[in-house]
Amino acid sequence: MAELLAVRELRVDFATDRGPAQVLDAINLDIAAGEVVGLVGESGCGKTTLARAIMGVLPEGAARIRGGEVRFRGTDLLKQDPAVVNERVRGQAITFIPQDPFTSFSPLFPVGTQIMDLMKWKSPRARDAGRPSSIFGRYPRERHKADREAVLEILRAVQIPEPAHALRRLPHEFSGGQRQRLMIAMALLPQPDLVIADEPTTALDVTIQAQILRLLRALVKERGVSVLFTTHDLGTAHELCDRVVVMYAGQEMEAAPTDAFFGRPAHPYTRRLLASVPGPDGVIRDIPGEVPSLVTPPAGCRFHPRCDHATAECGVERPAPRMLAEGHVVRCHHPVDAPAGAGE
Amino acid sequence: MRTLWFVVARLARDRSALIGLVLIALLVLAALLAPLLATHPDDVFELHPSERLRAPSGAHWLGTDRMGADVYSRLLFGARITILIGLIAVGASLIIGVPIGLVAGHHHGWASDLLMRVSDIFLAVPQVVLAIAIAQTLGPSLPNVILALSVTYWPWFARVVYAETRALQKEVFVESTTALGASPWRLTVLHVLPNIASPIIVRASIGMGFTILTAAALGFLGLGPPPPTPEWGRTIAESREFLPDAWWYAAAPGLAIFLTVMGFNLLGDGLRDVLDPRLRRRVRTGDG
Amino acid sequence: MLRLLALALHRLLWFVPTLLGLLVVTFVISRVVPSDPVALVAGETATPAQVETLRHQLGYDRPLPVQFVDYLARLARGDMGVSLFTRRPILDDLAHRLPATIELTVVAMLVSVLAGIPLGVLSALWRNSLLDHALRVLTVSGLAIAGFWLGIMLQLLFSMRLGWTPLNGRLPGFPPSNLTGLYLVDAALTWDWATFGAALRHLALPAATLAFPALATLVRFTRAGVLDVMQSNFVLYERAMGLPRPLIVWKYILRSALTSTVTQIGLLFGILLAGAVVTEAVFDWPGIGTYAVSSIVRSDYNAIMGFTVWAGAIFIVVNLLVDLAHTLVDPRERAT
Repeated sequence: MAELLAVRELRVDFATDRGPAQVLDAINLDIAAGEVVGLVGESGCGKTTLARAIMGVLPEGAARIRGGEVRFRGTDLLKQDPAVVNERVRGQAITFIPQDPFTSFSPLFPVGTQIMDLMKWKSPRARDAGRPSSIFGRYPRERHKADREAVLEILRAVQIPEPAHALRRLPHEFSGGQRQRLMIAMALLPQPDLVIADEPTTALDVTIQAQILRLLRALVKERGVSVLFTTHDLGTAHELCDRVVVMYAGQEMEAAPTDAFFGRPAHPYTRRLLASVPGPDGVIRDIPGEVPSLVTPPAGCRFHPRCDHATAECGVERPAPRMLAEGHVVRCHHPVDAPAGAGE
Repeated sequence: MRTLWFVVARLARDRSALIGLVLIALLVLAALLAPLLATHPDDVFELHPSERLRAPSGAHWLGTDRMGADVYSRLLFGARITILIGLIAVGASLIIGVPIGLVAGHHHGWASDLLMRVSDIFLAVPQVVLAIAIAQTLGPSLPNVILALSVTYWPWFARVVYAETRALQKEVFVESTTALGASPWRLTVLHVLPNIASPIIVRASIGMGFTILTAAALGFLGLGPPPPTPEWGRTIAESREFLPDAWWYAAAPGLAIFLTVMGFNLLGDGLRDVLDPRLRRRVRTGDG
Repeated sequence: MLRLLALALHRLLWFVPTLLGLLVVTFVISRVVPSDPVALVAGETATPAQVETLRHQLGYDRPLPVQFVDYLARLARGDMGVSLFTRRPILDDLAHRLPATIELTVVAMLVSVLAGIPLGVLSALWRNSLLDHALRVLTVSGLAIAGFWLGIMLQLLFSMRLGWTPLNGRLPGFPPSNLTGLYLVDAALTWDWATFGAALRHLALPAATLAFPALATLVRFTRAGVLDVMQSNFVLYERAMGLPRPLIVWKYILRSALTSTVTQIGLLFGILLAGAVVTEAVFDWPGIGTYAVSSIVRSDYNAIMGFTVWAGAIFIVVNLLVDLAHTLVDPRERAT
């Protein structure tokens, strides 16, 4: 299965008052074409940083990439000319759905202006015909018309009422759910290969969350687009994703197809995480201990201080990825119920 | 005491604030040690007409003025005037403005509206003009300049204190303390005052700079302390007719003003960055 | 539209008492003075009897409140009284001198806005670059330099030493035909380019002196505004979606930063007006500023009152316009 996106050994540090925080520690991640991958983990585990590192929009000055690769369709984005990446990859091959749709629009311009500005540079027709060379470049009439048609069509697909009128309105005139639909539309208009959605429903009411997510899934499956979808909500991951990857304190712990992930979790952390979701009996089973500091993280597997199965070697060497079954990879020295003889 | 140390430590990391502090220190030193540092300390009063308008030289580091007096020495004594005016004017504005702001912020009736309207009146017209009017009315002298400046600067303190007091009232801790039965005045003294200390300090530092500039303008227009007081603004006015030849005569006092005000502005900015961090994002009002 | 009118009315109502208060203060100051204005006008050779006659003629012997009410009544009719010194109606004097100040202030404002805003944006974009540091030095200096001293130094360098600009005044010789009183406009309208050039050369130094602190303030505020906006989520979104950087900066960031800058322009006006008084003194500029100062120096209290009324009214109008502009610029306020 050819990978669309392959992150290898990515290391990212953030500058803090107390020294560099090792936010991502040699992360590996694979996304295949047409696949919806969920990236789950607690707040602060590094999921948003990973998403931003893939897109190449880490905060300048505060964040530093220490090593690793981000291979997209075979080429390492980190080594490419940034101008080329900005022009051809961002907003075109890889698009973004942000967490807060309200503040992600400029409050001063109508939604239509912002969408058409995106289309001027990123629509498929721009890709084919060649984009304007400067920001004052012309937007040819036919292309504008075709783009506008595409916009209206997708607005209907995301169920925005009266699309033509909607384009003239300002962002604050829409509801939260509608704004996120607009974001979904904008993410799909350039006909990307990969959409990165960073906790896209956190800012929405619970009643709308499911609706939006199902819409997103339907649309991407229709178009064969891959999605990297970060969330801290296991329920949504279960419902929407083909595969799930779990992270803890800047390290990926386990990656598996959804059924396997929820049905046969191998990593102790995954099991604890799944167990901590409140069940019908109302008993709270949280994980004892605290999330470690990223400035002075534990050596080896970063979960080992809180892990029941930990042994000496867990604190010395980080486990290599071990394939348990097709598509099911775990990084643990003592995976639970590991089938005998499995290994890479 | 611990907070003071914290503030000083943070401030020490800010290079421009340190530069400001150094400049202010130089000013204070110049003022305090003027009799010692001056090469011709008697030139504040004595005249040497035969030596007028000499260029800077070994004997006269900044040359001589139209009366033959040493520019450098007079500049040092002028520093005394400058500090005096600044300190007293800003101090008086503070003493007038802070209580007014507190009372206005505290009460919610016609009294508070009235007080703020009055302060708006003073803010409606450029300070320079009002200060000129007052100084001219009362006659040019040092006390009158200080009076004019105090009377026109207090609204800035009142406004800052008023805004802070009102903002604090909305904070939860005020409500809970009142609910516990604390008297309103006790609340003000123990809780509100420490919180408004920071903006007052910042405003005082910036105010020093602004007041000194206005004082110099008054001196320039002839409304400041009369001769032979070596006030910097007046010196610049005196020097005009001898330009372009005696350029040092005009340049030196102006530079002194510039460095002094810059010192206070840099310090004020540094203080503002330290004392009023991201936590309290206030719209920065104009510098006055 | 209706909302704008409502806002205008609301602000006007608010400021009328302020203006009134200002008048009271100035009136009291002008009448309750140690020196006797009437005696000053009468001159040193006047006898006490002559002074008293003059006092009665001018109506200065009536009780203060009566004088004040009378003044207000006349003001309502547009009569600001007669200058104690020139014996001309004050309104005429002011009107005659207003265009000079307007021209100076507007040119200074234009310079500071057209230069200040782009410089502020660049300073924020290229943070900690050489340009940024240079601009920050400029900004701090701008607020630390005494305006009158800057003017004198500029005169020293450009007029006296280099001879590039005239020393003072508005124009040598005859002014262009009096259409607006603004020499630049009048000269341009009558195609009198020689005069236009001369007027421009005369304006250069005073406008530069006046603009300097305003420029410093604008660069500073724009820089802060842009830096602030650069942290916004929508900027992150636009970056993540690969929009060209110039587009993000000059269309989206600038617009957001400008909404706060518009309010600063009101403040700017205050700085400019205060500076105008002193700048006009340095350059012998025949405007309202010199009129105010000379009125004060000559104890011409009627003129002082007139100037105060005028200055107060201008401030009210400017504040109003700024409020309206702010509403226009920020569509969120318009829509609600």
